[in-house]
Amino acid sequence: MRRRLFAIIRKEFIHIFRDWRTLMIIILMPILMIVLYGYAITLDMRNIVFGVIDDARTTESRALIEAFSENGFFRPLHREIRRDDMEELFMRRDVHMVLVIPKTLSTDLITRRTATVQLIVDAGDSNVGTFVNNYAAQVLNIHNRRVNDTSPLLFTITPRIFYNPDMNSTHFFVPGLVALILMLISALLTSIAITREKETGTMEQILVSPVHAREIVLGKVLPYVFLGLINASLILISAWILFAVPVRGSLLLLGVLSLVYVFVALSFGLLISTVARTQLIAMFGTLMATILPTIMLSGFIFPIASMPDILQYFAQILPATYFLLIIRAIMLKGVGLAELWPEALILTGMGVLLLFAATRRFRMRLE
Amino acid sequence: MSSEHLRFTGDPALPASEFAVSATDLTKRFGTFTAVDAISFTVRKGEIFGFLGANGAGKTTAIRMFCGLLPPTSGTANVAGYNIRTQSRYIKQTIGYMSQKFSLYEDLTVAQNIEFYGGIYGLTREHIARKTEQLLEELQLQDRRNKLTASLPLGWKQRLALSVSLLHDPSIIFLDEPTGGVDPISRRNFWRIIYEIAGSGKTVFVTTHYMDEAEYCNRLSIMYRGRIIEIGHPGELKERYGLDSMQDIFIHLVGGDIRPENTP
Repeated sequence: MRRRLFAIIRKEFIHIFRDWRTLMIIILMPILMIVLYGYAITLDMRNIVFGVIDDARTTESRALIEAFSENGFFRPLHREIRRDDMEELFMRRDVHMVLVIPKTLSTDLITRRTATVQLIVDAGDSNVGTFVNNYAAQVLNIHNRRVNDTSPLLFTITPRIFYNPDMNSTHFFVPGLVALILMLISALLTSIAITREKETGTMEQILVSPVHAREIVLGKVLPYVFLGLINASLILISAWILFAVPVRGSLLLLGVLSLVYVFVALSFGLLISTVARTQLIAMFGTLMATILPTIMLSGFIFPIASMPDILQYFAQILPATYFLLIIRAIMLKGVGLAELWPEALILTGMGVLLLFAATRRFRMRLE
Repeated sequence: MSSEHLRFTGDPALPASEFAVSATDLTKRFGTFTAVDAISFTVRKGEIFGFLGANGAGKTTAIRMFCGLLPPTSGTANVAGYNIRTQSRYIKQTIGYMSQKFSLYEDLTVAQNIEFYGGIYGLTREHIARKTEQLLEELQLQDRRNKLTASLPLGWKQRLALSVSLLHDPSIIFLDEPTGGVDPISRRNFWRIIYEIAGSGKTVFVTTHYMDEAEYCNRLSIMYRGRIIEIGHPGELKERYGLDSMQDIFIHLVGGDIRPENTP
């Protein structure tokens, strides 16, 4: 048993290291992906351009415009706009918001001690609309206090934000990216492992030998676990260097659980490999079965809790769902195994189950 | 089915059966297509037994059933005294197989291929090392041991594949069109080796669609559309039909009824 298994493992390693081009792709692609996605996917908004219709043209109105412009969030459109232009500016997406200051601003402030300004917000993207609205409200709040800090406030809420105090969405996305990329690459690696040998005809030669299905399956998975570990380390190091995502918890725990996750993905790829007839089908199937569900349903972007029931059930069977909980908890919150053992256990179970299924499936294909 | 012409070199070490291979109504269907249609025959130990037939006649399917790669639809067969339905694990340890398609790893070196195939038959490292030296010497490939298998000429690849399939010293060797695409001289050399193998007491089961190769066999069965339509010693068949060559016998038996895609 052991001799046959080692023979297969040794052979797989020779394949891996002989084909250095593929090896470079395996190693560089994840880094490339994390760079591309890491910079592209962000929910943080900056440089939202706003226009101003200033009918007052007083010191007070200029102070208000200044208040909007002084942080990095809003950027004023450097020209006068007229009411007639407004619609077109929105249409052309030149502005996301227009601030309308009435002629009576300064006099109202003196006579009524309060004044009203109008905000017109483009909510074509509802998320952006909400963000802009909230930010604008905050800007006005701060400005109010600066202008008159004696104004009575009954309650003030002073939030303390835990785990990601800057509310930096990169810190939320990069761990998710790690989960996505590891799943994709690992599953791809093994998805062609058996199909390739079916295509070249070498599988037939292996099948007439006394090798067991479990020896072939294990012999195919183990070398790639090693490769997966290298991949996982590279991705985590890139995430740390490029995006300064912290690892607050145990690095060892993160490493071990990443390995478990890689093992799940590899076993899944191998299961596909036992079913698919050609390498092309295997790769395509793997792409379909990993990317979409992982992005849409694992909680990578959209919270699982807000999905319809049926999709929530589906999310429960995705390995990425559990790994996302694990990796975010370890990296951002510093959570340990004491809290994460259920997810770790589920992932391990999934890996064993998938490997078992691949073995069973493979035995049937011996026919 | 037995014949007086048979050369018989029985191996007393093998118990149970005097036959290396025996098939009884062995049948394989793929859906509605019957690839192998109730074939029955026996192969004695030490024989060179040939399956002659056009492409698609069912030779490969039959050989795959003997090697445990395909389960039969009905009927049964024994290989080395073991039942192909229930004891294929034992069969695999006892037989060697060389498939139609060249099936060494092109991106592995000659030595690495030998090491791998020795390994999956559970041979020890020392055993493999010894075999490797012996084999490289026989094939005169010592200076190419660390060259990629892809760089070898086809004739050598096939000889290497044959040697590799003999690594674990099987008592029966199945060769599925081993000389496909090889020049006549390489083919002759290949057959010289087949005779050596048979001379050492092993049974050789070979499929071919070359008529000249059919003449080299001790005994021959002609397959046509999944059935065995004739079986016997080449000389005996020629006598029976009063014809000079296997080619003539084949055409006589199959007649003009060769579908175009089945032309040898």
